[in-house]
Amino acid sequence: MNSMHEESIIELKDVTVTYPHHTALESVSLAIERKAFMGIAGPNGAGKTTLLCAINGLSSILSGTVRVFEKSLFPHIASIRRDIGYVPQIIACDPRIPLRVREVVSMGRYARINFLKRFSSEDRKITEYAADMVGIGHLMDRPIGHLSGGEQRKVAIARALAQEPKILLLDEPVSHLDLNAQASILALIDKVHAQKNLTTVMVSHQLDQLPESCNRLILLKEGKIIFNGTTQSGLTEDILSQLYGCPIKVIKNGYGYTIRVGANS
Amino acid sequence: MEILQYQFMQNAVLAGVLAGISCSLIGVLVVTLEIPFLGVAMSHAGFAGAILGIIIGINPLVCAFIFCCLASLFIGPITDKADFKPEVAVGILFSIMLGLAFLFLAFLPGAKTEALSLMWGSILAVSRFDVWVIAVSALVVISFLIIFFRQIKTVLFSRQVAASLGISERSIYYVIIFLSGVVIASNLTTIGGLLIFSLVINPAAAAFQIAYNFRNMCILASIFGVGSCLLGLWFSYIFNVPAGAVIIVSSSIIFSVCLALSPKKKLRHTCCRHE
Repeated sequence: MNSMHEESIIELKDVTVTYPHHTALESVSLAIERKAFMGIAGPNGAGKTTLLCAINGLSSILSGTVRVFEKSLFPHIASIRRDIGYVPQIIACDPRIPLRVREVVSMGRYARINFLKRFSSEDRKITEYAADMVGIGHLMDRPIGHLSGGEQRKVAIARALAQEPKILLLDEPVSHLDLNAQASILALIDKVHAQKNLTTVMVSHQLDQLPESCNRLILLKEGKIIFNGTTQSGLTEDILSQLYGCPIKVIKNGYGYTIRVGANS
Repeated sequence: MEILQYQFMQNAVLAGVLAGISCSLIGVLVVTLEIPFLGVAMSHAGFAGAILGIIIGINPLVCAFIFCCLASLFIGPITDKADFKPEVAVGILFSIMLGLAFLFLAFLPGAKTEALSLMWGSILAVSRFDVWVIAVSALVVISFLIIFFRQIKTVLFSRQVAASLGISERSIYYVIIFLSGVVIASNLTTIGGLLIFSLVINPAAAAFQIAYNFRNMCILASIFGVGSCLLGLWFSYIFNVPAGAVIIVSSSIIFSVCLALSPKKKLRHTCCRHE
């Protein structure tokens, strides 16, 4: 247990986050080991995105402590954020914004270079490599607003990779995408997690569509962790029925899991 | 070209070029941030401040500057602390400043000619000191854009993404609002309180219609802004019509042409937003 604690790259202790009239997270404690792939799931409003954002300081914490890379989030937040790639679920930008894909992917490098440094050929090379890795190299000169939802998710992942992060935070990366785009993004996440030796934390609604590398699972309900363990042990009918408050059927097949609502379905 | 031998015309051309650049660049920022009404609110803040300056016998430009700076310091924090969009804070500020402007007008003794001239501005009567003030504000805006170009671009794309990258997005956002106040205050007596927000919004909105690259948008908006000002001055000289009004008509025509030619007009605002 002690050695596992020493391996932890992310540690949350008694973290509480509140919004007006609503407690999003209540005394949440957890530790995520280096190079782990942690999935976070739960019903709507369970606090999944809030938990993800607590890790990079985008959620305002009422009480508790967050330690990343063995440093307290405050006052080291700027240096910690440099090593955390974040892919938000929503990017509320105008589709007509005058930015090309290359400029958006390059933004990942801005975490590494301050305003006095020039954007070097090395930065350009890393940007191109990140884009090629996610398969958007051919889209680099297209305006960002001209891309489909799936392509925009890939741009967001490429931007996070251009940052050369040690931790990758993904907030529902496959929501609102068609089946083909979902499969493509999930395979991409598996690939970058393995190739880049990342610690990945991913929020997902679709428990039967977690990437293969996702070996740890946290289930949240009403701001509290009700399960924290291996993915395999978390995907049981009892735990999921308790999580969603309705009977859940879990069918294990050759490809993974199929999860259905209703005990007899 | 013989018109340029007159000192007043040299001042007017210099003021027009500098105002065209500084207002358009600020416009690029507020239009892309989707708070174009900020220009309207700030110009009314400057107008209210300038009238107060006339009443209490202080240089109207100084008072306009103080009011605009105070207003800009109010908008940013109120938007972040309160649970509403920036447009709401801008709307509240606009109504407060409009009310104050009318109140101060009521207290102004005698004929209100000087105060009313602030509404229309007087680019042909601009002094060399005014040109220097506009030049300094333009220089500050250009320097800010050049030095923090990458950070500004990221904030314009998404404040959340900028914050996640460790960029001090709140500082960048507040400085943009503050500089919009500085630019509008420094151009108030030249372009006029009622007309200046058109010079802030129209060239930037025109460039937004046709640019796919942020740097190009800044360059195009500056060209449109300077072009509008020079066209306004030229028409004013030839046809003896108010320069400020022609500047606004010119910028509006440029915007209409860009809108008609825009390759972006088929992009619906909601189609590419996630969720």
